[in-house]
Amino acid sequence: MLSGITIGQFFPGNSLLHRMDARIKLVLTFAYIAAVFIPRNWAGLAVAVGFLIFTILLSRLPAKLVLKSIKPILPIIIFTSALNIFYVTDGTPLFDWAFIHITTQGLTTAAFIAIRIISLIAGSSLLTYTTSPTTLTDALERLLSPLKAVRLNVHELAMMMTIALRFIPTLIEETDKIMSAQKARGADLESGSLMQRIRALIPILIPLFVSSFRRAYELATAMECRCYRGGEGRTRMKQMHMRAFDIVCIAVVVLMAAGLIVLNFVLPPVI
Amino acid sequence: MAIIKAESVRFHYDTDNEEGAAQSLMVLDNINLDIKTGEFVAVLGHNGSGKSTLAKHFNALLLPTGGQVLIDGKNTSDEHNKYEIRRMVGMVLQNPDNQLVSTIVEEDVAFGPENLGLEPDEIVRRVHDALSTVGMLDYREHAPHKLSGGQKQRVAIAGILAMQPDCLVLDEPTAMLDPQGRKEVLETISRLNRERGMTVVLITHYMDEAANADRVVVMEHGQIIMQGTPREVFSKVDKLRAAGLDVPQPTELCYDLLGQGIPLPEGILTVEECTTALLQILEENNAGN
Repeated sequence: MLSGITIGQFFPGNSLLHRMDARIKLVLTFAYIAAVFIPRNWAGLAVAVGFLIFTILLSRLPAKLVLKSIKPILPIIIFTSALNIFYVTDGTPLFDWAFIHITTQGLTTAAFIAIRIISLIAGSSLLTYTTSPTTLTDALERLLSPLKAVRLNVHELAMMMTIALRFIPTLIEETDKIMSAQKARGADLESGSLMQRIRALIPILIPLFVSSFRRAYELATAMECRCYRGGEGRTRMKQMHMRAFDIVCIAVVVLMAAGLIVLNFVLPPVI
Repeated sequence: MAIIKAESVRFHYDTDNEEGAAQSLMVLDNINLDIKTGEFVAVLGHNGSGKSTLAKHFNALLLPTGGQVLIDGKNTSDEHNKYEIRRMVGMVLQNPDNQLVSTIVEEDVAFGPENLGLEPDEIVRRVHDALSTVGMLDYREHAPHKLSGGQKQRVAIAGILAMQPDCLVLDEPTAMLDPQGRKEVLETISRLNRERGMTVVLITHYMDEAANADRVVVMEHGQIIMQGTPREVFSKVDKLRAAGLDVPQPTELCYDLLGQGIPLPEGILTVEECTTALLQILEENNAGN
């Protein structure tokens, strides 16, 4: 029943976006998320959304996938839009009844915010869709390596993330097994009040905890057997290289951000 | 040339007994063992016989409390030798799930060589070689959790091979596998020994796995109670049973028949040998009538 859970979904492919240097991809994704908040007029927003659509096409992933990533946050989008509709009271009133004032300005703001949120979620899921979790952790380790200067152990942080990702499916499988075992002994997990159901989880969590510690101990032994001694003197099989395409990407994103700022000055703001 | 040399190795844990008084639990008691380069040694023993503890002494995971372990002449108790010894003596553990580190097969195999600080090109070459040796090259981009137990254990072996060890120590590598997985892993191990001349130390409690070894070492209560060729060791059925071990089925059958006065040769290991011997006796009987 838990096998449906996937975290950091990755869809292997060979598109330009897949082959991009993961470090650059990570930085540019953050840059894009920031850039989405620059535009204050429709033209600027259209440029940001256009850029997103262009990258989706570049990834050669079905657009349906990207839309699916928005589904879980739909309630948040609706909630924020609703708040904006009711709270922004500038502009021409369209509907006025008791305490409800809907104005043109409110609707504009709501639409604007909704498009921003959708773009930023779609943009960041595009990152995880086109980059394997290990590559992503690896990129993070390399990007954060300057923090070694302030005595932050970046390597250990990345190692922990890698191991966590590796063991998610294993632990899910184990939870399934323990649940079946407890059900076979008559444990009732699906009925009763909330408190009862929470209490019914205890006999599942305890064996899971115990076995996780056992696994951790064994994994540590196995890592020692393979000469692991922390990040020092360790090399990596996969090297990350910046290629011409990565530089082009950086340039495009920088130009887009600059363009958005210019548009803010040229055109009148709508929000 | 002995690659692994254990000289009067003792090992004990210090624990408290029920009354709270300190007591020491002797796990290894005066072990002397030489393992030659290219040899296939099976270490047999019941649970708690100390066989896994002994294995952990071979790559400096545990250090002897008495005596010494020499790997290619290097003492395991010397801290400076630790990583070189761990590279030379590659160890595969029981649970394949708990020894794979990465979410992608080839990255997991690369873990060992990466720790050794090798050049990326060299790592790529070694990962490729190791995966093709265990027959898992087609799965190099798969996620480990989607593989079968036998496949996972072969990946674990590849992860060790990529460090180019001189000796392979396997601590009950098949204990958690189904029959198919066991077969895959055992075939891989004996092929490595035959074709590459890899020294193999196989810790197990399955008798039939030991039948292919050059030498069988039987342990009980932290001591070596018997050693010799599989044929020599398995002919001593009484002694093995006393140590809490089973003998391979054909050997057991022949031993019991021998006890009933049927003149069978001692030390029969395989089903083929057993049927040949029995057929011969039946033919002799028919000729006699």
